[in-house]
Amino acid sequence: MAELSGKYLVGVYDDDDTVLHAVPRLRKAGVKIKEVYSPFPIHGMDEALGHPRTRIGIAAFMFGVTGCCVALTLMIWTMGIDWPMIIGGKDPISIPAYIPITFELTVLFTAFGMVITFFISNGLGPGTHAHPRFDVRSTDNKFVMAIDLGRNSMTVEDISRALKDSGAEEVNIKQF
Amino acid sequence: MASAHSIPSIEERFEFTSEAKRNLLIGGGVGLALVALGAYLAATGGGHEAAARGAEQAAAAVGHAGAEHGAAGHGAAAAAEGGHHAKSWVARIWANLWVNGVYFTGMSVVGMFFISYNYLAQAGWSTVFKRIPEALPAFLPYMGVVMLLTFIFGGHDLFHWTHEGLYEVGGPEYDKIIAGKRGFLNTPFFIIRLVIYFAVWYWLWRVIRNLSLKEDEIGGTEFYEKSIRFGTAFLVVFGVTSSTSAWDFVMSIDTHWFSTMFGWYTLASWHVAGLAVITLTVVMLRERGYLRAVNSSHLRDLGKFIFAFSIFWTYVWFAQFLLIYYANLPEETIYFIERFRGHGGFYKAPFFITLFLNFFFPFLVLMTRDAKYTHSILKVACWSVIIGHYMDFYTNIMPGTVGAGAELGALEWGFFLIFLCAFAYSIASQLEKANLIPRNHPMLEESLHHDIA
Repeated sequence: MAELSGKYLVGVYDDDDTVLHAVPRLRKAGVKIKEVYSPFPIHGMDEALGHPRTRIGIAAFMFGVTGCCVALTLMIWTMGIDWPMIIGGKDPISIPAYIPITFELTVLFTAFGMVITFFISNGLGPGTHAHPRFDVRSTDNKFVMAIDLGRNSMTVEDISRALKDSGAEEVNIKQF
Repeated sequence: MASAHSIPSIEERFEFTSEAKRNLLIGGGVGLALVALGAYLAATGGGHEAAARGAEQAAAAVGHAGAEHGAAGHGAAAAAEGGHHAKSWVARIWANLWVNGVYFTGMSVVGMFFISYNYLAQAGWSTVFKRIPEALPAFLPYMGVVMLLTFIFGGHDLFHWTHEGLYEVGGPEYDKIIAGKRGFLNTPFFIIRLVIYFAVWYWLWRVIRNLSLKEDEIGGTEFYEKSIRFGTAFLVVFGVTSSTSAWDFVMSIDTHWFSTMFGWYTLASWHVAGLAVITLTVVMLRERGYLRAVNSSHLRDLGKFIFAFSIFWTYVWFAQFLLIYYANLPEETIYFIERFRGHGGFYKAPFFITLFLNFFFPFLVLMTRDAKYTHSILKVACWSVIIGHYMDFYTNIMPGTVGAGAELGALEWGFFLIFLCAFAYSIASQLEKANLIPRNHPMLEESLHHDIA
């Protein structure tokens, strides 16, 4: 299949309902779908495509715990140990006074951590190559399904026919 | 359209079985027995520990009274009371009735609050289980009677400001600060306010409930439009009365002390407890085979609601605490000192248990996505919140009413059980009165397809 790597079959659909029903049909027929691009989120598409669930929640929790620990360590060390200071008549280490900042840093670490994780895991960000654009109309009025030929064992003709049968109005080949 | 969920039937009648009725009555009976046992123990001098705390408190209060001018009246009064065996066990019974009265009033009225803001926002997702919040406020009249009678007969034991001597200029008990609040805090006006709260809340609920029941029979959007208007009216009323009732029912117990956060704080407490009751009822109905049309997305949203509002309660709790802690003014800190160190340190445990049950536990347990629709986890979280907010009102009301004479024993849990069973009985009999799913609600179709993926 070496000659097929980097080659994609692109099915263009006109209707979100059609594409949503096409996905399980094609998967049943043995076609491995890379992704579906749509101008708006389609309810039920994630389950239909069978994508594994995102693990960003776990990452968020880790970032949050990190932020919480960093904030407490920073304040306890600077205010209480390295250079003890009495502010407002409170003990140098006074946890209630630290809670707002702890909260803020927890949120900050979580938010930034999640964005950075998202960028890295999706190969986005400055200096990275733009994602292959299968069909620019997927940002306007069309629903575009991408099939990586390198990862499919079926012949191009078979997949093309299956796409047409499932309601695609055009099927194109893209090479990257 | 998109989702492949099959929609189960929307025609279901809830049956309040005789077995369920019997169980609730047994629960109430057990509660009554516990109350009797607790009252017997308290009356026959079972409160040695409490008496010892009372003496200790008296000594401490004298110290406070000398040192802290703002709190002098409070401290001196406590010292006087502490001298003759804290307060009697009768006061403990009044205080228990009051704690539960305030708490269950709040949970009932939050049902109306929930429906109203959902109407105002024209929310669709909640329609399928709308009958459950709708069933809660039916308990209001009973709570109104309990609170009114408790105030009339036990008010003197509960509210320091009802003592006539405080207002005699030049008298031995004269208290300038409390006398200054007399325009608001006086018995006739208090009773008028109490009656108005219950009357208006209940009346607005009856209107919405009747509209909802008629809509079930006739259909159309007319009832929905009217409900939006009445729901909005309720929110306007509740915006004011939730705060004023919190001042009246809870904050005025510590008459000298005030906090501008208190209305919010009590509303937050009531709200999250009410959400826990709604969620728990939905889950329990599902376990008994009802409400099959409620899917995991509805449950997740309810779970999120509890998760978010337990954080909101903590936020308000902490906002109130931090300002008082930081400003460190004696007349304000006395409130927390009483709960931390006062009364022989009795309230320290409930104070921290409250924080644990209402924040740390639901926060950690409900954090993951799957937890929010898992029945067993939702139930544990709901119970944690329901008991936690009982403890919350307990720590708010008890120190100023029974002070060192307080306990957390058979009497307290017995009363809680009685109220809980009565509340459940009231909810179940309301649910029986109508189709469990509002079949002609204009938003029902949207709600049945609720899908947050």
